[in-house]
Amino acid sequence: MADSTLRSRSAAIAMPDLWTRLGNNRNWLGFWFMLPAAAILVLFLTYPLGLGIWLSMTDATIGNSGKFIGILNFYERECYGPDDCENYGLFGDTVFWRSVWQTIFYTTVASVAKFAGGLYLALLLNNHIPFKALLRAIVLLPFIVPTVLSAIAFWWIYDAQFSIISWSLTKLGLIDQYIDFLGDPWNARWSLVFANIWRGVPFVAITLLAGLQTVPPSLYEAATLDGASRWQMFRHVTYPLLTPIIAVVMTFSVLFTFTDFQLIWAITRGGPANATHLMATLSYQRAILGGNMGEGAAISTAMIPFLLAAIMFSWFGLQRRKWQQGEGDD
Amino acid sequence: MTDAARPSTATTKSAAVDDADGMDYLMTRRTRWVTIYIPLSIIVFILLFPFYWMTLTALKPNAELLDMETTNPLWVATPTLSHIFHVIFETDYPVWMWNTMMVSVVATFISLVASVLAAYAIVRIRYKGSQWVGGLIFLAYLVPPSILFIPLSFIVHAYGLFDTPMALILTYPTILIPFSTWLLMGYFKTIPYELEECALIDGASRTQILVKIVLPLAVPGLISAGIFSFTLCWNEFIYALTFITTTSNKTVPVAMLSEFVDGDIYRWGSLMAGALLGSLPVAILYSFFVEHYVSSMTGAVKE
Repeated sequence: MADSTLRSRSAAIAMPDLWTRLGNNRNWLGFWFMLPAAAILVLFLTYPLGLGIWLSMTDATIGNSGKFIGILNFYERECYGPDDCENYGLFGDTVFWRSVWQTIFYTTVASVAKFAGGLYLALLLNNHIPFKALLRAIVLLPFIVPTVLSAIAFWWIYDAQFSIISWSLTKLGLIDQYIDFLGDPWNARWSLVFANIWRGVPFVAITLLAGLQTVPPSLYEAATLDGASRWQMFRHVTYPLLTPIIAVVMTFSVLFTFTDFQLIWAITRGGPANATHLMATLSYQRAILGGNMGEGAAISTAMIPFLLAAIMFSWFGLQRRKWQQGEGDD
Repeated sequence: MTDAARPSTATTKSAAVDDADGMDYLMTRRTRWVTIYIPLSIIVFILLFPFYWMTLTALKPNAELLDMETTNPLWVATPTLSHIFHVIFETDYPVWMWNTMMVSVVATFISLVASVLAAYAIVRIRYKGSQWVGGLIFLAYLVPPSILFIPLSFIVHAYGLFDTPMALILTYPTILIPFSTWLLMGYFKTIPYELEECALIDGASRTQILVKIVLPLAVPGLISAGIFSFTLCWNEFIYALTFITTTSNKTVPVAMLSEFVDGDIYRWGSLMAGALLGSLPVAILYSFFVEHYVSSMTGAVKE
């Protein structure tokens, strides 16, 4: 025991062995420390991302990896006569286009409402109110409860026969007959948007509240002395200071809304008549339930440009304002 | 209530021009009621109502559930635990609960270990290109599971993991690691360099520094990342739906949708009981660690 420590010490002084030298090498150490995370991310995130794009150009089905067919999943044109051409692939698929528009509608409306509602709630919670900590904990509850489980509750609230909303409105004398929340395309769309807003507002509100709490009160005092109105104070003090955090929160919010799956699958499964399919749910239906992996992968791949655009828009759109105000670009 | 409040908002708005958040004493009590308490109670009511409705439905006997004329649907006259007992004792619910718990705990643990090592390497070992790797990990956070599940189902098949808990244990960390690494990087940055330099001079290796110096100081960060990861696992749906087909291997969210929904008009009581029970573990965990949870959510965003 003592012998070995002595030997290793003298070795370390004279000429560090390979192991010791490697142990002091930043890059070698960094490699080992990164290995577990990198292995998981490469195997189950980067590789599938590439594989997904490859699959979108094959005619793969479940249990069969298929062969390369180019862009036929996306676009194919067949002509039966001079003026008698039909588009196939996703390009000529009305259900796909409906899901694209529904995704855009769903994302836009829900994100704008979540931003407005979340900001309003954050401003309300930023006041001195009793039981503030408890209130904040309660407000976040919709966000932490598993989406599917709260979606099931919404499904029951939207039930055609036993909806509590319909019941209350009837008792108040506002409507004569029960609303068919999930049977009518537009009713179903708005119902889903509302459920999404319900779940998303707490996240936006609590993160913005954290940003609001970093705004120094002295700025408001100074603005008050300068005669600023409540709106001016919000517009010229709160909002500029909050912009960076708004950019991040809204980027995430847009991203998660655009790729939403759980809520739709739990409440409508894309119905009625494919009216509420988002691109994610449609790709699940085509790939896993229908077995056409290639086609499903093509729908997933078609989401990527939209995602990039959404990220760019919310990120750079909001960041640019920050640069215009001449703040440091940290 | 809102109709009565509206005109007074208009009149008090002009009187409240000089108000500021740091100067609440300038606000009259009536202004505060109209501009803060009433809107706040309406929002809180909307946010909490689905939970109330869920609980109420789980406790209602079937007769009351389907009769909205003679009984008041907003209250339960004769509460019953039969739906909850049905869910616990007559279905596979405990098995699904156990599956979800097991998958969540193991996936969270794996992600925490991997994230601690990665975050420490990026922030403190600072090997060549660590800045780039940090950026790439943030990008990985932006890749949604909705575009990965189709190729992943191929991969899961190819590795022979299909329909096993391992499929979920290995894929969930792809959602958790980017987030946890990002969060822990922020925590590690706040730990003073001098502590590590002392330890280095005393002859500690990098691993010893990480385990004995950095980790004890980063416990709040570890708890935050752990809680948030666990909640995300519990909430995960699309991977569990795609990779698991056997009833006894399912997780709670998937099983709720596939096994309980059978077109039976009397299903609502047990559906709501199941949803309530499935929400309880995360809700309880959350109630104990609210502050950690909030700090993890806002911390990851602020970075």
